[in-house]
Amino acid sequence: MSEVTIRKQAPRGMITLRGDLSVPALGAACAEVNGCDLPARGQAAHAGEAATLWMSSDELLLLLPQADVPDALTRIGAALAGSHHLAVDVSDARTLFSIEGAGLRDVLGKLTPADVSAAAWPPGALRRTRLAQVAAAIWLRTETEAQLICFRSVTDYVEALLHTAAKAGQVGFHRPLR
Amino acid sequence: MSTRLATGGRLLDRRRPMDFTFNGKRLRGYAGDTLASALLGQGQVLVGRSFKYHRPRGLVASGAEEPNALVNLGRGARLEPNQRATTTELFDGLTATSQNHWPSLEFDVGAVNARLSRFLPAGFYYKMFIHPRPLWKYVYEPFIRHSAGLGKAPTEADPDTYEQFHAHVGLLIVGGGISGLQAALAAGQAGKHVMLVEQTAHWGGRAPVDGVTIDGMPADDWVKNTVEALENMPNVVLRTRAMGAGVYDHGFVTVYERLTDHAPEAEGPRHRLWHIRAGHVVLASGAIERPLSFAGNDIPGVMLASAVRDYVENWGVSCGDRTVVVTNNDDAYRTALALRHAGLEVVAIVDARTTPDGPLLREARDLGIRVLTGKGIGAAKGGKSLESVTICAQAGEGAPLEEIACDCVAMSGGWSPVVHLWSHTGGKLTWDAERCFFRPDPTRAPTGADGQPSVTIAGTANGHLRSAEALCDTAEAMTAILGSDIQAAEAQDADEGPLVPVWLMPQGAGLPLRQKMWLDYQNDVKVSDVQLAAREGYESVEHTKRYTTLGMATDQGKLSNINGLATLSQALGKDIPKVGTTTFRPPYTPISMGSIAAEARGEIFQPLRKTPLHDWHADRGAYWEPVGHWRRPYCFPRDGESHADAVAREINATRQGVGLLDTSTLGKIVVKGPDAGRFMDLLYTNMMSTLPVGRCRYGLMCSENGFLMDDGVVARLDDDTWLCHTTTGGADRIHAHMEDWLQCEWWDFKVFTANLTEQYAQIAVVGPKAREVLEKLGGTGLSAEEFKFMDWRETTLADIPARIFRISFSGELSFEVAVPAGRGRALWDALLEAGAAFGITPYGTEALHVMRAEKGFIMIGDETDGTIIPQDLGLGWAISKKKDDYIGKRAQMRSHMADPDRWQLVGLETLDGSVLPDGSYAIAKGKTANGQRNTQGRVTSTYHSPTIGRGIAMGLVLHGPDRMDEVLEFNTVDGPTVKARIVSPVFYDPEGAKQNV
Amino acid sequence: MLTFECPYCGVQADETELSPGGEAHLTRHGPESSDEAFEGYLFLRENPRGVHFERWRHSFGCGKWFLAARCTMTLEVFGTYAAQTTEPPQDILDKITGRRPGWRRLG
Repeated sequence: MSEVTIRKQAPRGMITLRGDLSVPALGAACAEVNGCDLPARGQAAHAGEAATLWMSSDELLLLLPQADVPDALTRIGAALAGSHHLAVDVSDARTLFSIEGAGLRDVLGKLTPADVSAAAWPPGALRRTRLAQVAAAIWLRTETEAQLICFRSVTDYVEALLHTAAKAGQVGFHRPLR
Repeated sequence: MSTRLATGGRLLDRRRPMDFTFNGKRLRGYAGDTLASALLGQGQVLVGRSFKYHRPRGLVASGAEEPNALVNLGRGARLEPNQRATTTELFDGLTATSQNHWPSLEFDVGAVNARLSRFLPAGFYYKMFIHPRPLWKYVYEPFIRHSAGLGKAPTEADPDTYEQFHAHVGLLIVGGGISGLQAALAAGQAGKHVMLVEQTAHWGGRAPVDGVTIDGMPADDWVKNTVEALENMPNVVLRTRAMGAGVYDHGFVTVYERLTDHAPEAEGPRHRLWHIRAGHVVLASGAIERPLSFAGNDIPGVMLASAVRDYVENWGVSCGDRTVVVTNNDDAYRTALALRHAGLEVVAIVDARTTPDGPLLREARDLGIRVLTGKGIGAAKGGKSLESVTICAQAGEGAPLEEIACDCVAMSGGWSPVVHLWSHTGGKLTWDAERCFFRPDPTRAPTGADGQPSVTIAGTANGHLRSAEALCDTAEAMTAILGSDIQAAEAQDADEGPLVPVWLMPQGAGLPLRQKMWLDYQNDVKVSDVQLAAREGYESVEHTKRYTTLGMATDQGKLSNINGLATLSQALGKDIPKVGTTTFRPPYTPISMGSIAAEARGEIFQPLRKTPLHDWHADRGAYWEPVGHWRRPYCFPRDGESHADAVAREINATRQGVGLLDTSTLGKIVVKGPDAGRFMDLLYTNMMSTLPVGRCRYGLMCSENGFLMDDGVVARLDDDTWLCHTTTGGADRIHAHMEDWLQCEWWDFKVFTANLTEQYAQIAVVGPKAREVLEKLGGTGLSAEEFKFMDWRETTLADIPARIFRISFSGELSFEVAVPAGRGRALWDALLEAGAAFGITPYGTEALHVMRAEKGFIMIGDETDGTIIPQDLGLGWAISKKKDDYIGKRAQMRSHMADPDRWQLVGLETLDGSVLPDGSYAIAKGKTANGQRNTQGRVTSTYHSPTIGRGIAMGLVLHGPDRMDEVLEFNTVDGPTVKARIVSPVFYDPEGAKQNV
Repeated sequence: MLTFECPYCGVQADETELSPGGEAHLTRHGPESSDEAFEGYLFLRENPRGVHFERWRHSFGCGKWFLAARCTMTLEVFGTYAAQTTEPPQDILDKITGRRPGWRRLG
């Protein structure tokens, strides 16, 4: 049985960027502020602690150091001045968790109806879904580390959910691919 | 009497004895036992009492179909009623008690009902308790309540934990008998992602018990080899103690896994409810044997032939010293042979068929077992245990030809495929007249999202009762599913002759016999009850079921269904397929409530949303009010203070000095884009496009059918950006509403929205000293001239970047300050410190409500209820006449919406100063057609106002605004009416002087 | 318990991740409309026993509304498509007539 560790992350800078994702200036602006490529549909791109998450067909979530957010917003605003978009600071609206361990798929499977098997959810894939009774985005950074983003107000609920699921042990359903 | 044999029992580990208690008696069994086999092994045949007549009941079956042996399991917090002894694995220290009797299992007062059974026919309760009416409340209902229910409910919280698990698989196979195993092997070898579940703790199903040979080896060996092969496949998941509970749409299946019932000391969850999405489902759920309907067939000692065989083969238990086998088919002969091989006495095989023949029958005869053909059991005799049976001609009326002493009857009325899961999601059945059962109709299978059959049923469950046929059928099914040729394992079992249907034994049995023939053991439904229902006009099987309660017990008619149906069809003179079956519904057998709740209990029963200031509120002993999933402080009572006192104190402190309110839960949605102004004008009834940057405006939002759905203050942030405040409950709903219109109607608009509700902590600083407090924190330019009512601006307070809105929901000078949520607590602490000199007082939602009512401000959900338009509330001023369109405009033009008789908002003031009851109605002259008082208005908000020192209320009244000073009468619950005067809804500072300072 | 493919994210969404939104392809009638037209828009629905076009929101996912063609009897799904259209796409209509020969759209 492999242990799964749940850790609430320190506050992270987060920017919601809505716009036409096919506009080259948008991708360029994102890359400039956090160094990440534009992720494909249903994917997350990351560079170190920074990441860009595909949240919807016209929405990205940029992760970056919190101190960099005001400057990043200014730069995005300037880069996309001529193009209809919305960029806002949501750093305080959400909480980030990391879920680490080879058994993380079994832990998540207790809480989300999404298919979190290796075939459907490989590293790099992002899924917005339901975690028990609340919304969450789960993103597999590596085969043994997932990150989960939920709304700030339900942080304690989500933390308790994850600990409950992890504490109950492995199901043995998801096995590492041979 | 039943007993444990010295040898035998393929599932038993005799080296590991286990102690348990039944009704306080210490008993002993072995590892591998079920509670049922352990009880039988200790001679305990009597296990319970029936529900209606309290008849003594013994074990009938050996598996999930058992109707009688329901026990209270465990004690204290782990007490659980209605646990089936046949599916309860024995563990050391198990404690069970029998149910439905008083004072004891052996002597039960309720058994008097059995004497009265002549007077308790089908529909008795419906017929009896209708008249006279007054008896219902004082006699009938208490009586029924006392007798209702099986078993004892636990009184303590369940200490165990449960979980659910979502799994997506290519192929789910339900049933781990030889068909299920063969299906899994084929699919596993083909590389499919397979999950195979088996409800018992053992693989192989019936084949090992029946002495089947597969691929030249005993079934047990073939099963062992196959399971080993499957265990080595990484693409196959195997689970025992996992029952397919329900099959639903689009490949959704629930599987109920019992993890620690057999090992209560083990760590981890007790049950796991799997939520499985399967690409395809294969049901290999086997079949269940049917009882025979003869008089006294419910006496303890009368059992299914297959169960008698199981007990001897699996657990080395003899169900009786002298067994009579009664049957209409060849399979039951296997029981006689098994008993004989175990050295037990089979007194006779009573075969209802006149000329049966086959290898099994010949073998029985060769062993010297007496075989009576064309005969049946006329009556079984005995009380708490079987003593004898009389033998009669099956073709006759039951005259006894001889009486045979026996303590066990092994009966078989044939087998019925387990089609429950096939039927759950729409699979249809067809009647097989030759073998007398409903079988799945493969041309009418359940279909999936692609419109193609989503469930395949195979093996015995598909009507192929013999092992060789079952394996061939499974191979065929898997060939179709996998698209490659699958070879069946080769099974050898004895050939069987045809069965002859026997629905009544003997076929000419008169009423006295039929009144003793049980169809449904648990609910005490007899052949005579179903026949009575038919005579009384119940033709539909669904109605008969409810009238007689046939099949409505916890076993859901697994044994009684087909026999009951056949009895009904005979009584109606119709063919069985014409009568049809009742609907099979999930779950297949009862599942625990804990597994349904899973993790959702205690602290995480529901998500509890917390504001950034939640911890401060909690530390201060806030009395909470749930608002959606949020918790908001209702008030902050001090030591010894009542909630009402606290609310009054908070209001007075705010109106006289300064108060603080956590308004973080209010919705905050940004609307941005070149078309945002146009969109805002459609969204709100007001004109929002003309709102200057830096200003705020109170706005109303209606649904397309005109009703007021939300309100709040809108701020224009810049040229193309608006910030919309919504009610606490409205944030998600209104954001979804905006997105709906933007995505589905006005998708050409260039507008983006974002729900920023949780990004900010928002704090209202309210009262005459509010400005001074903010200035102490470094706020500048906040004077009345520089920062007017309904202005907003960005500034820094206590070194925190903040957005301040000069808006008021209390009528006082008021500033709402928004800061990033993570800085909210710092600001709150700074405000408390800065305001200490002014007696700054945090207040809760009740003070908020009272203060807004004193000012006549409406509250969504109080003054509105989904049928109210803004015009009803005197809010016509907030509806732009200049706009061509807004959501709800057309609907408000409908005649009913423009009706001058719609009730209108007014203030209400009781003459005696009391507080009107919430929801109270204003009474009008006359009565309705139903004899109720006519009404002319109702109370929507009502409070004690500490500011005014009396009860104040708002309400909707017919022609209200035209009837100022008129006195109306309002009803109370079971009390006299209360008089109240119609007044302006603005009770406090009608000129607005207080907020404009 | 249905599953639909969200045409925006491409994931198979569970019914518990979705919110239903009633009949699709309604034409909005505003302040200038007649009582009859407005009644039809606001209240009258096809509610067919068979092929139906309906609105779903991927509310626990990308937040987008999409449209689905589904048989209300068998729950067969003929396809899902973006909400920004007034008519079902031709490939979906072709699929429906392929599966339900002789079928004709109501309304």
